[in-house]
Amino acid sequence: MPEPPDPGRPSPDALLEQAVRERRGKHKIFLGAAPGVGKTYAMLEAAHAARRGGLDVVAAVVETHGRAGTGALLTGLELVPPRQLGYRGRAFPEMDLDAVLARRPALALVDELAHSNVPGSRHLKRWQDVAELLAAGIDVWSTLNVQHLESLNDVVERVAGVRVRETLPDGVLRGADEIELVDLAPEDLRRRLAEGKVYLPDQAARAAERFFSPGTLTALREMALRQAAERVDAQMLSYMRAHGIAGPWPTRDRILAAVGPGAGAQRVVRAAKRVADRRGAPWTVAYVETPRHQALPEAAKEAVAEALRLAGQLGAEAKVLAGADVTGELLAFARANNVSQIILGRGRPRRWPARWLRRSLADDVLRRATAHDVLLVAGEDGPAPGPAGPRMLATLGWRDVALAGGAVAAASAVSWLLAPLLPLPNLSVVYLLAVLAVASLRGLVPSLATAAAAFLAYNFLFTEPRFTFQVNATDDLLTICLFLLAAGFTGQLASRLRAQAEATRTSQRRTATLYEFSRKVSSAAGEDDVLWAVAHHVAATLGARVVVLLPGAEGLAVRAGYPPEDALDGRAAAAARWAWDNGQRAGRGSATLPASDWLFVPLRTQRGPLGVLGVQAEGGGALPADQARLLDTLADQAALALERAQLMRDIEAAGVAREKEQLRAALLSSLSHDLRTPLVSILGSATSLLELGDGLDDDARRELARTIQEEAERMNRFVQNLLDMTRLGSGGLKPKADWADLADVVGRALGRATPLLKGRRVKVDLDPALPLLRLDAVLMEQVFFNLLDNAAKYGPPDGAVTVWARRRGGEVVAEVCDQGPGIPPGERVKVFDMFYRVAGGDQQAAGTGLGLAIAKGIVEAHGGSVGVLDGMHGVGACIVLRLPVPEGAPPAQAAAPAEGG
Amino acid sequence: MARILVVDDEPPIRRFLRISLTANGHQVAEAGTGAEAVALVRADPPDLVVLDLGLPDMDGQEVVSAIREDSAVPILVLSVRAGEADKVEALDRGAEDYVVKPFGIAELMARVRVALRRAPPGSRPSVVAAGAVTIDLERRVVERDGAEVRLSRREQDLLFALARGADHVLTHRHLLRDVWGPAHADDTAYLRVYVNQLRQKLEPDPAQPRLLVTEPGVGYRLRTDGG
Repeated sequence: MPEPPDPGRPSPDALLEQAVRERRGKHKIFLGAAPGVGKTYAMLEAAHAARRGGLDVVAAVVETHGRAGTGALLTGLELVPPRQLGYRGRAFPEMDLDAVLARRPALALVDELAHSNVPGSRHLKRWQDVAELLAAGIDVWSTLNVQHLESLNDVVERVAGVRVRETLPDGVLRGADEIELVDLAPEDLRRRLAEGKVYLPDQAARAAERFFSPGTLTALREMALRQAAERVDAQMLSYMRAHGIAGPWPTRDRILAAVGPGAGAQRVVRAAKRVADRRGAPWTVAYVETPRHQALPEAAKEAVAEALRLAGQLGAEAKVLAGADVTGELLAFARANNVSQIILGRGRPRRWPARWLRRSLADDVLRRATAHDVLLVAGEDGPAPGPAGPRMLATLGWRDVALAGGAVAAASAVSWLLAPLLPLPNLSVVYLLAVLAVASLRGLVPSLATAAAAFLAYNFLFTEPRFTFQVNATDDLLTICLFLLAAGFTGQLASRLRAQAEATRTSQRRTATLYEFSRKVSSAAGEDDVLWAVAHHVAATLGARVVVLLPGAEGLAVRAGYPPEDALDGRAAAAARWAWDNGQRAGRGSATLPASDWLFVPLRTQRGPLGVLGVQAEGGGALPADQARLLDTLADQAALALERAQLMRDIEAAGVAREKEQLRAALLSSLSHDLRTPLVSILGSATSLLELGDGLDDDARRELARTIQEEAERMNRFVQNLLDMTRLGSGGLKPKADWADLADVVGRALGRATPLLKGRRVKVDLDPALPLLRLDAVLMEQVFFNLLDNAAKYGPPDGAVTVWARRRGGEVVAEVCDQGPGIPPGERVKVFDMFYRVAGGDQQAAGTGLGLAIAKGIVEAHGGSVGVLDGMHGVGACIVLRLPVPEGAPPAQAAAPAEGG
Repeated sequence: MARILVVDDEPPIRRFLRISLTANGHQVAEAGTGAEAVALVRADPPDLVVLDLGLPDMDGQEVVSAIREDSAVPILVLSVRAGEADKVEALDRGAEDYVVKPFGIAELMARVRVALRRAPPGSRPSVVAAGAVTIDLERRVVERDGAEVRLSRREQDLLFALARGADHVLTHRHLLRDVWGPAHADDTAYLRVYVNQLRQKLEPDPAQPRLLVTEPGVGYRLRTDGG
């Protein structure tokens, strides 16, 4: 988009870009035209100068190739020892990236930027290692020969006759902060070569003669010079923008390159890159996905994906447009994006019938693109695999033969029956029907076979002379031509229709899968459910093994897998960790750690990274291109669902914490109320005695003293309860069970509780035939005391308190009932909670918050249970205890004499 | 001497209050619930109500409001330390004063005396003496050890407001509304500044005020027995 420059004001984008660069390490590239020009030498010399200047320099990897001069320069520089990586039985030294990262020098020297790492390294390419060093804030100096540049790859091949396999994305060179051109005249270089001062790997020796010819070297040198010069231009431009110098600005028009599923696509991309560079224009590489895309063979889809990937590497914006009309989509995009030039592959010249039957894309674009320059690039590579080609050319299967034979036989039978009714030529229409039927069902080849068989049958059965295969009339020849033509057209049509139907079905299936996926995943409740749903559905959708990893206390850990998986091997774990740390794909089929069997995709939303999704294709290969794209969509959806689940979990956790906080506050206020209430009476009575002692009569003085005593005892009970409760809570309260008579226990509790009951009637109704129980008599007495205390608190002053017990099967049921307001059914479980009170709050009688909870704790420690029932005749409440009767328990009456001891 | 209604749900507390108040020559009636208290006040208005805020049947604050509906009887509220908001609310609803539980009987008796001393409106004394300070409400003169103290207009207004309610706690809101007007009822910072200035001019030791006493979280009190 053309942005009108505001004269005199730096462009914010330019400043921002500069700011981002300042945080990263600086990258300087020593660029040369060919091996042997002295790049490494120049780099090392500069490094020594920098080291003398006090800079912390480390040689991360330097290839001396046995050259003495270069080797000598290494002395005095700190060297990070290389890592030895085994591959196919040999050890290869590679840069130890982790060691350099750990060492954190100010400046690292990395030779041979375009080097490809041995399989098993973290990254495919050394420039990716360098990118990681830069991201860590380490400055890097590196060396590069111009022939390794991706966009020059095919030019170099044409000029030098050598296909350079180790390529470097242009973006790396463009992104470098500084480029130093190491130049050497071609004659000097050739002299050095002759003196044996240039290192050549064995396999390159054969090509050396042509590569180091003066013509090639001159061309390469020009390329290097031009790269450096363009670089200066770009820097100047950047400087002018950053400092708000009013331009003549280059028009910000855009180059659009269209690629198709042909092998020439990459050539088109490289050509577009060169054009875009020359014009300093941004560029886009687009592929139009038509409904037929799904029907393309895998190799063709892969070619498209590869071309788009290359475009991304070369710095283009890669775009997939969707539509049926390829030319229309391209032109619409061009108009909308200020595209000035469209670049297309010319494609192979078509043979004549195809040429006039269907216009090529290039012709179509040329005809319709009236507002744009169109550049056609020669497509010299092999033929583009035709759409649906393999299907159409498939050999005849036995089904096809059977169908063709059946159709022809049926047509013959019908014709035989109709022969008396119809003139002869019309019978051929019946055969034509058979051909059409087969064509629409099975496609081109079976229909052609059917056509031939139909002609033979027709000829044999009906044309004169009958029952011979003689052809003696022009109309017969015409018939066979018509048959074959009809078969050809319908077959073509039918197979295309079927391909489209197939494509529609595939995309429908994909949509349905996605819909199903999002529905299942979003209906999963907890985080674990979501994780499992994600693993299960991604596995089902891609037909692959799936793991989901989330960060935990000890780093990334497998949280779900389908089929279930607990841990990953070292390589996979490393790839997963890298994907998590860098927020990018890693593992099989990606550019990083491809030796892993798994491909890892980060799960991230706008709030940040959540985890990593790992996929292992059936058979351990890389995922097909369109599945890999589908994986991105699935990962997005999974991340959203996961985020939702985690938010829900956080909200719930906050709710639990709030409840706990509320409980704590209630507990504290209850405690302070229960402890203070007796204190008020004690302090008030004591001070009254002190201050007013002389003015009080004896009765008043006694009453005050008794108040002090009673309230002190009440407080003591409360403190005792608190202690019991604490011991119950920590499991420290263990009943010391012995044979005991319940009547005895109840009697002692009643004796202690008499002052509390304040003259209320107490009815004790215990079955005399009760067995002895194994109880801790002291604790159980506390239980009954607490229950009586409770009954006294809630029952009316003139009400009765009943203690009742009977044997019911294997247990003894005991009840303590009052005639108070009763306990509503909804509250009957809660009354046994600590500090629970039916009315709640501060307004209740003090000291009642623990008694029932303690009773419950003690009874349960005896293997019994507690409950609440309505009181007799529906008045008041009964607390019910159930205590187990032990095997062979003697009846209490008979055992009574033994109690005395 | 006076008839006092004690309202508390705890029988032991009622018991020692009855004994102590009776010993001081008062007649004591008792109520265990809020409803009972309101009914007793209506049926036979006492001279003073001692009211616990934590009652089983209704909120003590509502009891204050219910009593205030048809009676001007002084109410002395019993409340726990943590309930500053409760105290302020009770005072705002018309309670006379409060005592923090637990309390010594001497403190309660002193508050009872102050509450009972409050004369009916119209016949209030025109001169309030607090320690060495004399405040003449009629002539609007303030003297310390017989020498006139010069006060700003606001200081004077604030001191007079405190003097009119001498020995009673006056809430922040009450004082602010009286001196600065209803719009400033929440500007407690004014109050702190002016109380400080008054202390500088009137207190023997402003760092340890004995006349202008802070009731934390509630308000201020001018003590006439502190000097």
